[in-house]
Amino acid sequence: MAGDAGAYRQLLASLAPRIRAVARSRCRSVGAPESDVEDLVQEVLLTIHLKRGTWDQSRPIGPWVAAITRNRLIDVLRRRGRHIVVPIEDVMNSLQAEDRTPELTTRDIESLLGRLKPQQKEIVRSICLNGGSIRETAIRLQMTEGAVRVTLHRALKALAIFYRNSARED
Amino acid sequence: MKTDDLIELLAKDSVPRRFRSVLAWAVASGIIIAAIVFSVAIGFRPDISEAVKSGRFLFKFVVTVSLAVTAIWVTLSVGRPDGRLAHRGLALATAPALLACAAVLELLVLPESQWTNHLVGHNSRLCLTLIPLLSIGPLACLIVALRAGAPSSPGVAGAVAGLAASGIAATFYAANCTDDSALFVMTWYPMAILIVTTAGYLVGRKVLKW
Repeated sequence: MAGDAGAYRQLLASLAPRIRAVARSRCRSVGAPESDVEDLVQEVLLTIHLKRGTWDQSRPIGPWVAAITRNRLIDVLRRRGRHIVVPIEDVMNSLQAEDRTPELTTRDIESLLGRLKPQQKEIVRSICLNGGSIRETAIRLQMTEGAVRVTLHRALKALAIFYRNSARED
Repeated sequence: MKTDDLIELLAKDSVPRRFRSVLAWAVASGIIIAAIVFSVAIGFRPDISEAVKSGRFLFKFVVTVSLAVTAIWVTLSVGRPDGRLAHRGLALATAPALLACAAVLELLVLPESQWTNHLVGHNSRLCLTLIPLLSIGPLACLIVALRAGAPSSPGVAGAVAGLAASGIAATFYAANCTDDSALFVMTWYPMAILIVTTAGYLVGRKVLKW
């Protein structure tokens, strides 16, 4: 998390299946549709990303991830109008277990992307779909690398807000 | 968008500032704002050169500074998602404990007839006004910093930030106030601090959700 993008990517990739396992069991227990699972996973990953400055590096990362996961799940499922309690031990235990089932497609992520500002959307697509680096994207769009970074960061913040609002509308 | 694509996207984003350094900046800015308000609108008490020789006067700072330091330290903990008040909350007892000891000493050395005089003092109204006033700046800075954090309990985080802000404010106010008795400090300072802490709690509940 301290700036090594490769290690950070690996960390997120290794967290995703665990978070998915928690999200799936949570969705099942409250009767939420299976299609919600991947949205939840992405929302948790986005929150981990945006709040990664709050991880105290002198402490283990597990409880920190569990706390964020728990907070997001409670928040999202509560907004859907169900009263639920997620004991932290459950999240900790489920986070240990790996979930190997293949990825689900997300329901309305395309429409969420559609709500980004045009420039944000273009940068997200360039990096996501074409796998471009910041530098390539900057050259292609004739922007400075700094501007691309700022736009990307704003797009991610906007995405996090969209996730919340879409959960509220459900 | 697939989750893998999202991860790819997140890995390309720039590195954030650590919460610890965000909070450090907020504390520094809060102290500077309070110092400006203090020097422009309030100022030192007229007999400050005499006062600094008095143990009672100096002990007020021991109490207010320890409140500020412990509350900032606890803020660092409750501002994180895995932080709980229980982890470090006991530290918050330092300032009240110091003050309680001083108050007992005061009761022992003062004749009973003077207790009420020292307790009521001359500046209670100023105390209740100036401490909240001086703490507005530091509290605002701390709340902004906590928004970069992820407090598991927004209300508690706001309240602890209120304690920290009032510790900073009370340190400045103590340099103006001519009531140095621990009995005065123990009666009026906590009331002022309670106002700020309640404000922090209410604001925190509103704006610190994430």
